[in-house]
Amino acid sequence: MFESSLKQLGDALRAKKISSVELTQLYLDRIAKLNPELNAYITLNPEASLVQARAADVRLAAGSAEALTGIPIAQKDIFCAKGWLTTCGSKMLHNFVSPYDAHVIQQFNNAGAINLGKTNMDEFAMGSSNETSHYGAVKNPWDKARVPGGSSGGTAAAVAARLCAAATGTDTGGSIRQPAALCGISGLKPTYGVCSRYGMIAFASSLDQAGPMGRSAEDLALMMNTMAGFDERDSTSLQRDKEDYARDLDKPLTGLRIGLPKEFFAEGLGSDVAQAVEAAIAEYKKLGATVVDISLPNTRLSIPVYYVLAPAEASSNLSRFDGVRYGYRAPDYGDIADMYEKSRAQGFGAEVKRRIMIGTYVLSHGYYDAYYIQAQKIRRLIAQDFTEAYKHCDVIMGPTAPSTAFKLGEKGDDPVQMYLSDIYTIAVNLAGLPGMSIPCGFGDNNMPVGLQIIGNYFDEARMLNVAHQYQLATDWHSRAPQA
Amino acid sequence: MTWEIVIGLEVHAQLSTNTKIFCGASTAFGAEPNTQADAVSLALPGVLPVLNKGAVERAIKFGLATGAHIAPRSVFARKNYFYPDLPKGYQISQFDLPVVGQGALTIQVEPLSGNAKPYEKVVRITRAHLEEDAGKSLHADFHGMTGIDLNRAGTPLLEIVSEPDMRSAAEAVAYAKALHTLVRWIGICDGNMQEGSFRCDVNVSVRKPGAELGTRREIKNLNSFKFMQQAIDYEVQWQIDTIENGGKVQQATILFDPDSGETRMMRSKEDAHDYRYFPDPDLLPLDIGSDWIEQVRATLPELPHDKQLRYVNDLGLSAYDASVLTSSREMADFFEAALGDATAQAKICANWIIGEVSAQLNRDGLDMAQCPISAQQLGGMLKRIADGTISNSGAKEVFRTMWAEGGDADAIIEAKGLKQVSDSGAIEALVDEIIAANADKVAEYRSGKDKLFGFFVGLAMKASKGKANPAQLNDILKQKLAG
Repeated sequence: MFESSLKQLGDALRAKKISSVELTQLYLDRIAKLNPELNAYITLNPEASLVQARAADVRLAAGSAEALTGIPIAQKDIFCAKGWLTTCGSKMLHNFVSPYDAHVIQQFNNAGAINLGKTNMDEFAMGSSNETSHYGAVKNPWDKARVPGGSSGGTAAAVAARLCAAATGTDTGGSIRQPAALCGISGLKPTYGVCSRYGMIAFASSLDQAGPMGRSAEDLALMMNTMAGFDERDSTSLQRDKEDYARDLDKPLTGLRIGLPKEFFAEGLGSDVAQAVEAAIAEYKKLGATVVDISLPNTRLSIPVYYVLAPAEASSNLSRFDGVRYGYRAPDYGDIADMYEKSRAQGFGAEVKRRIMIGTYVLSHGYYDAYYIQAQKIRRLIAQDFTEAYKHCDVIMGPTAPSTAFKLGEKGDDPVQMYLSDIYTIAVNLAGLPGMSIPCGFGDNNMPVGLQIIGNYFDEARMLNVAHQYQLATDWHSRAPQA
Repeated sequence: MTWEIVIGLEVHAQLSTNTKIFCGASTAFGAEPNTQADAVSLALPGVLPVLNKGAVERAIKFGLATGAHIAPRSVFARKNYFYPDLPKGYQISQFDLPVVGQGALTIQVEPLSGNAKPYEKVVRITRAHLEEDAGKSLHADFHGMTGIDLNRAGTPLLEIVSEPDMRSAAEAVAYAKALHTLVRWIGICDGNMQEGSFRCDVNVSVRKPGAELGTRREIKNLNSFKFMQQAIDYEVQWQIDTIENGGKVQQATILFDPDSGETRMMRSKEDAHDYRYFPDPDLLPLDIGSDWIEQVRATLPELPHDKQLRYVNDLGLSAYDASVLTSSREMADFFEAALGDATAQAKICANWIIGEVSAQLNRDGLDMAQCPISAQQLGGMLKRIADGTISNSGAKEVFRTMWAEGGDADAIIEAKGLKQVSDSGAIEALVDEIIAANADKVAEYRSGKDKLFGFFVGLAMKASKGKANPAQLNDILKQKLAG
C-alpha cells in the first residue's frame, strides 16, 4: 500500500478495497513508528485526520469522490490550516493555531484529501538543510546522519520514507527541488502565480511558490490538479483557465529539444552528480530527445542577487512577528521597544536574524540603490537569459544540487557554503519559471541525485510529461530507503 | 524687515468606501474595538492584501477635480516601522510613484486682520497618494498597559500634499477649508473631522522675503480649522522669537495642545525613522487606463469653482453670494433646486437661502441636509413672491409656518389668508376712503410734507389687513394724493 501511486490509492478507495480511515490509520501507525527518529513532522493530529477520513469515506460511499478523496497528504508547516498548530518551523509561532485555511489547504479539503500532519521545515523556509528548524533537524531517510535538504526537508523525508502518500512544499530559491533531489523523490515548483500564496506564510513574496512533492511525476500531476488555480485573495495569482496537468503525460518525447546550460556543468559540480545527470541525458536521447548546448551567463549572479532581494522582502514580511497579537512574547520586558527586542531576539533563530539584518541593511537609506535596485536590474537580466535560451530548446536540464546530501552539521558554520547548494535552483525563482527535480540515480555514499528540469512559463504539463516518460523508462523514482 | 511665513499642508482624507483598502472588513466608525479586524487587518501570518477599486476610483476623482495628472502606472510601497497599532510592521502606501500627480486648487481667502479685502489664490498640489490607516493605541482604562483597536487599521486614506504656497494662517485655513469642501463635494470623503476623516499636518517655516526657505517644523494631526489657526499663529511667533533671539529652528515634528494653545516637540529630525521604502511585492503595479479615467470623469459633478463662476456670470450673483452658496454641495444643490428655471429670481433666492434658511438652520443646530423645508417648498414660495401673490411680510409668515408645520406655500397662503389684494378697484376704493377720512393730513401732504406718505401706507395696509399688494398700493396712493 505504501508503494502505491495516488491513482492506485484512489482506485482502491473508490473500489472499497480499503477505507480512508484504514489508510489514514496505516500511515499514522507508520509515522508513530518511524517519525521519532526522522523528525519529519512537527505536528500530528490523528483525531483531526481521522475526522476528515470518516468524511471522505462518506463521500466515497456516496460516489462523489474526486481523485484525491480519502488520500492522506502531508502539509508543509508553512501553510495555515484551520485548527492546526502552524509554526513555520519557528519558536516565534510555537503557539499559533491558525483560525483560517490557506488557499492550498482549502483546495485539498475541498477535494476530500486527508491532512495527515504538518511537516518540518527550516525556520520561515530559510535554509537548505532543515537544520534551522526550531523543532530540530530532520534526518535523511537514506542516511540518518545526513540532511534531507531544505527548506521543505520534512516533506521530502516524509515522502521518501513513505510517511505520506504525497505532500506539499514551497520553493523560494530551491526549497522544493533541492530536498527532493537529496531525498530521491520528485518535486515541482510551478510558474510563479500558479498556486495561491494566500495563507502560505511569506518568506520572500516575489519568489515564494507552493508546489507538490511526491514519488512520481504522475502523482505530482494529480496534486497540481488540486493545488493550482486562481485565487482572488492573492493579487499575484494568475487568472488562467483550469488545466489538467496529467493531459500530456503519455506523449512521446520524439523531437524534444533539451537545453544544457554550460554554467550548470562547470566548476563546483560533484563528479558523482555530473555522472548521474549525464546518464539521464543519455536516457533522454534514447527516448528521442535531442540536446542543445545553451548558456545562462548570469547564473553566477543569481546567488548574490537572491541574497539581496529575498532578505529585503523577508525583513519586511517578518515584521509582523512582534509579540503583540499572536505568537511568542518574551516573558519579561520593560517598555514596548524592549518587548519587541526581547520577543524577536528570543523568538527568531540565528539564520532568520541574519537574513533580517541583511534585508534591513540593503533597504536602508543610502544603500537601497546600490543593492536592491541593482539586484532588481540583474534579476531582469537573469530572466532574459532564459527567454533567449528557450528560442533554442523546449526544456532545460541539469543537476538540481551540486552535491548529494551532506552530513548534519557539516555546513552549519559557513552560511555561504550552505547558500551555494542552491546555485542551480535560484535563477529559476528569480525568473518566475517552473522547475522540477526527479531522481536520476545515486552518487557517492549511495545517496540520491536529482535531475532538474526547467520549463518555460506555464509549461508544467510538458515538464510532467518529460519527467513521466523518463520514469516509465527507469526505476530510480521507485527506489525506497530502508525503513 | 518683516518675516514671510511659508506653509504647506499634508491632508489625510479618509475615503468613503464601505470596506477597507486591502480587505473586505467594514470601515464604519464607532464599532466595538476589534470587531472590524479580520484576518488581514490583524496581519495574521500568510494573509495578503487585495486593492479596493473604490478607493482608486475616489483618488482618480480627486485628481480630475484638481486638474491633476492621473498616473497610468503607480506603485504601492511598504513603509517599514514598528508600532503596536501597525499590525504588519509596515504601512502600505505609495512613495515615488503616486496615483495622482501635480494639480491645483483655487481658494477664496478671507484675511483675518485689518481691512484687507477677500482675494482668490491658486494653491499647487504636489501629489496625492493612496495608503492605509493604522489602528489605535488606547492607554486609558488598561492599568498601565496599552489596548490596541485595529478597527481603523486598513481604512483607505488619500494623502494630499500641497506645495509650500501659503503665506499666512488665513491662507492655510482657506486652503484646508476649500479642500474639505471639495472632497465632500465630489463624494470621496465624509469630511467628519471629529471622527478623524479629515486630518491636517501643517509644515511651517519663516524667512526674510526673497530668502531661501527656512527650516520647517511639522505640526501633526490638526483636526479643526480653529486649532489650525491657533497652532500656526503660535508656531510662527515661536519661530520668529527663536531666530530673533539668536537661535536656530531645528527640523522637528510637533504637536499642538489646544488646552495650552502651545506647540510642543514630538520628535526631532535625529529621531526620524529610516522607513526603508520598497515596492510591495504582494501588490501588482496599479494600472489605470484612459477608459477608467473617462468613466470616472463622467461621474464628476460641476465643481465649486466652476459653479461660482457660473453664478456670477450667468445668474448675476455677487462673488460673495456665489462663494457662500458653493460652500457645500448640499447648499448649492438646494439653491439650484429652489431656483428651478426662474433664473431671474436668482438674487432673491440666494438671499433667502443665505439669510433666513441659514439663520434658521443655525438656530436649530441643523445642517443643510436636515433642512425641514425642501428646496421645492422654498421654490414654491419664491414663485408666489415673484408673481405678487404674497408680500415680503406674508412670505416670512409662510416660511415660519413651513418650517414649523410643513406644507406647500399655496396651501399655507390659502389657509392663513395671506394672499395680497392686487385688485386695483378694491385698493382704489380703500384709498379713496382714507383720503376722505383724513382731509387735514392730505392737505399737509399736498403742501409739501412728503414724510406723511408712510402714514397713508400704514393706514391703507391696516385697512387691507396687510394684504394689499405694496407696490400697487404705493402707485395708487401716490396718484390719488397728488390729486
